[in-house]
Amino acid sequence: MSAPANGTVPKLRIRGLKKAFGPKQVLDGIDLDIPAGTSLVVIGGSGSGKSVLIKCVLGLIEPDEGIIELDGKNLLAMDREARERAVATMGMLFQNGALFDSLPVWENVAFGLLARHRVRRAEARQRADAVLAQVGLAPSVGDLWPSELSGGMQKRVGLARAIAASPDLLFFDEPTTGLDPIMGAVIDGLIVDVVRRLGSTAIAITHDMASASRIADSVAMLHKGQIIWQGGPEALMSSGNAIVDQFTHGRREGPITMELRR
Amino acid sequence: MDRLLDAIAAIGRGTLGAARMCGRITLFALDGVSQIVRPPFYPRMVGRALAEIGYFSLPVVALTAIFTGMVLALQSATGLARFSAESQIASLVVLSVTRELGPVLAGLMVAGRAGAAMAAELGTMRVTDQIDALTTLSTNPMKYLVAPRLLAGAIALPLLVVVADILGVLGGYIIATLKLGFNGHVYLNNTLDFLETQDVVSGLVKAAVFGFLVALMGCYNGYNSKGGAQGVGSATTAAVVSASILILAFDYVLTEIFFIR
Ligand SMILES: Nc1ncnc2c1ncn2[C@@H]1O[C@H](COP(=O)(O)OP(=O)(O)O)[C@@H](O)[C@H]1O
Ligand SMILES: [Mg+2]
Repeated sequence: MSAPANGTVPKLRIRGLKKAFGPKQVLDGIDLDIPAGTSLVVIGGSGSGKSVLIKCVLGLIEPDEGIIELDGKNLLAMDREARERAVATMGMLFQNGALFDSLPVWENVAFGLLARHRVRRAEARQRADAVLAQVGLAPSVGDLWPSELSGGMQKRVGLARAIAASPDLLFFDEPTTGLDPIMGAVIDGLIVDVVRRLGSTAIAITHDMASASRIADSVAMLHKGQIIWQGGPEALMSSGNAIVDQFTHGRREGPITMELRR
Repeated sequence: MDRLLDAIAAIGRGTLGAARMCGRITLFALDGVSQIVRPPFYPRMVGRALAEIGYFSLPVVALTAIFTGMVLALQSATGLARFSAESQIASLVVLSVTRELGPVLAGLMVAGRAGAAMAAELGTMRVTDQIDALTTLSTNPMKYLVAPRLLAGAIALPLLVVVADILGVLGGYIIATLKLGFNGHVYLNNTLDFLETQDVVSGLVKAAVFGFLVALMGCYNGYNSKGGAQGVGSATTAAVVSASILILAFDYVLTEIFFIR
């Protein structure tokens, strides 16, 4: 497994990643390369292990086997402190926002700043307002509680919290699921904007083909614990791969049989 | 024969499971305690937990203590009358309350109130990914969520028990003077005459242990809950039940330790 042909180390390099929960092999040898500054979209059916994959990178789930290299260094071989430092360079937008409902919006956004850089609260508030503006929210929203926000606003706040500390590597777990198509497009637009502005590398998970084509430099399909196809977003709808085709066109018949039993 | 083996196997499995659970809880507790002493500290979170466990439990604990003192006086009047020892009512009430009933009843009440609330809050945070979100924001959830609650539990319950001790004696005083015809002055003198520092101190030590146990079971069950609303519900139940049992079991152990002295 040598470095890629052009000689640069990918931002994230995953090899042979495996994770089982009990008898269920969720990830069964994932191989992925994500060059720095590019956006990868991972597609795949519900329960195919997309969230588990990014939780392994973030250190929230300990994989059974494999290599996860960030800038050429294996995260899984690091000691705890080095790993924490590596994770501190990442940002994550969770599937349902995962906003802290015991804190007002601005403290949610400034949480990482307060935790990491020990900035004073007045300064943190200013920074939070600036980040909220980047996702199109007025400073007054900062005083609301997460439970007072609509779904689209929660996604924006989650996005603001993820980017507040200017991460190098960003994860988006189904950023548009549960939103109407227009709000979905708006969120996609924000994601593309912030990723470009920060110059970050991004990995997004989605079921939404429109969303995938808007965000992706490259698309990978996860099926039965492996990456079975990878290509540009323009090739997505005509991949020639029977599994990908069935998924992207939402057909009932095909090689993918939905498991109705667990 | 097969049935017998099955039964033995089931008992073995149960025992192993219980041992494994004890081990997990012990590791969880050690991790939580070690986070209390290492920076960064979260005084805000400790303050919040103190308010939740201590301040907001005050009414419940106060009512429990008053009625307990009242009922103790009444019951011991009946019992002691058979030995013509009614004059001992005051010391019986104060010893029962400070050594035993104050810490145990306050512990059980706080388990039902604050322990359940902790399990529900942490459980909801777990199933909505908020605990994972903490980790991605460079914050150790054991340090941010668990350690402050363990500390606050061990501090708040003794404070509550001081209040419970006083109100328990007051409850006894009310019944003794209004119903049993005691002179108030005499009753209070009897109360203090037989009371030793160790009675109060042993009760407060018990309270600190019970408060820690309530917070530990609330945090452990909430932190490890899974499976949506139903999982949070069963975590809450488990937190209250296990804390209550542990309080009674540790009550015996601690009494034994203090008794030997
Ligand atoms: N912490 C966990 N414990 C047990 N099973 C899990 C856990 N996390 C995920 N799984 C299982 O792994 C599978 C993949 O989950 P997930 O990655 O969330 O799917 P998705 O692709 O929809 O994001 C599911 O079957 C889920 O039940
Ligand atoms: Mg998912």
